[in-house]
Amino acid sequence: MRRSFAATEGTAAELYGTLKKIKDNGQIVMGHRENSVPFAYMQSDGKPIGYTVDLCNKIIDRIKKTLNMPNLKVKLVPVTSQTRIPLLANGTIDIECGSTTNNLTRSKQISYLHVTFITGTKLAVRKGSGIKEIEDLNGKAIGLSLGTTNEKAVKRIAKQKGLKIKYHMVKDHPQGWLALETDRVDAYATDHSLLYGLISKSKDKSKWEVVGRFLSYDPYGIMVRRDDSAMQLLGNTVLSDLMRSGEMQQIYDKWFDPGPTNINMPISSNLKVAFEVQALPY
Amino acid sequence: MEMKYNWDWSVLLCRLPEDDPTGTSETTFGGTTATAGGAAQTFDTGADCAQPYLDWIVSGLGWTVVVACCAWVITISLGSVIGVSRTVNQPMVRAIATTYVEIFRNIPLLVQMFIWFFVVPELLPEDAGRWVKRELPLPEYWTAIVCLGMYHASRTAEQVRAGIESIPLGQTHAGLATGLTRVQVYRYILLPVSYRIIIPPLTSDFMGIFKNSSVALTIGVMELTAQSRQIAEYTFNIFEAFTVATVLYMMVTLIVVTVMRVVEAKVRIPGTIAMGGG
Repeated sequence: MRRSFAATEGTAAELYGTLKKIKDNGQIVMGHRENSVPFAYMQSDGKPIGYTVDLCNKIIDRIKKTLNMPNLKVKLVPVTSQTRIPLLANGTIDIECGSTTNNLTRSKQISYLHVTFITGTKLAVRKGSGIKEIEDLNGKAIGLSLGTTNEKAVKRIAKQKGLKIKYHMVKDHPQGWLALETDRVDAYATDHSLLYGLISKSKDKSKWEVVGRFLSYDPYGIMVRRDDSAMQLLGNTVLSDLMRSGEMQQIYDKWFDPGPTNINMPISSNLKVAFEVQALPY
Repeated sequence: MEMKYNWDWSVLLCRLPEDDPTGTSETTFGGTTATAGGAAQTFDTGADCAQPYLDWIVSGLGWTVVVACCAWVITISLGSVIGVSRTVNQPMVRAIATTYVEIFRNIPLLVQMFIWFFVVPELLPEDAGRWVKRELPLPEYWTAIVCLGMYHASRTAEQVRAGIESIPLGQTHAGLATGLTRVQVYRYILLPVSYRIIIPPLTSDFMGIFKNSSVALTIGVMELTAQSRQIAEYTFNIFEAFTVATVLYMMVTLIVVTVMRVVEAKVRIPGTIAMGGG
């Protein structure tokens, strides 16, 4: 406890883990996703922007202050869902900023900061298809992205309810959307926020709709290396501060309500409560 | 810096419980839904066996072998026809075969996979396209087999052509002089010799099909790489999942090499260049 306290208070003598690495190398490496709209995606000048990127930048600002390194270099490394864990574990990146679901299995390999977004699995379908819930997909085909929490949720529910659904596995979201557009599948399932993002970027937005209840609970979190309580405490302190001051909601509104891509997702009551609960006092 | 990683090889041993072959039992994550069967904790591997990961690997390996072997049948038959066509006298036939080789050899496999899967069904008449996309069982597997087979056929064709052209022209002339037809010259002289000569490059290509079959994961074929990726995403034990895939690929290709060596030794003709190799 003393060590982590010292680190956040700026006593460089007892630094360890990620903060020590940052101090020694004179740079912090931010891993970011490239097409998770609007969490972390590339803008035209090749720099990542987004909701999670903004939050990571707040944390990096605090690290600069804590380590007394105003000119700390920030190196940007793009990651994918396949590379994010190995690159964090082996020290290539120091913090992962994207749209990663915080779950207990994954926590065996990495640590999460506070929950910054709450979503869940829903279905995108062609308007007028008559599909309202997952039960309506009996005998039909659905697109699922390989290895996602959404895939798990849909398969589990289908098995429980004895639904005969044909699965078509896709590599990423754009390909899942292509499968839906070319009528290979009747529905594409992923986090509802991402579905709105996909629709907002599709050719004819009026043709598609997001339907059904939430099929899973997916809280997002920023990832840091495990067994590094100093770094984790620093990150969580920043997020709690943002949540307490109300700045978190402002950053949320900047990206989601309506947001630069017109995603139009006002903050949910769940997320609002999550911000309040995680605004821990000193 | 020191790697922060929790090694756990036991996840790779996860199987469905013996008393539950239907696989209805399953634990859940996320906490929104109760467990279906509740028997999933009967594993004795000590791992967090949320899914039968070992069964996934076995199934992935199975599909890799099936897809690669089916594709190889297309490769060897189509490749032979195209290869022979490149050596015949008719310029038209030669031109068609050359065009085939250049098209399929020069477009990246990944792009070909996408074209076969996403573009070709749209070019078909609407009913046929719909049949391919919806009625045909396992469309991604058929597409992958056809695509891989036709891609590798272009390479095999070149090897067949090279094999035939490596045989001195005198043998063809001698065959024709003894009264054999052109077809008979191919059947009894050129092909039996050239196939023996090209066994080493054919072996590399056969191994190549196994490795290239992993590209099929991009259109949804759940082969070995896809299943490893799936396990990596589910457990985050990425290094373990891909290590086992690596070892299995090496074992499969080693088997291919061994079998082809045996074939090569059995069919070799004394006095030909195939004799020199080992």
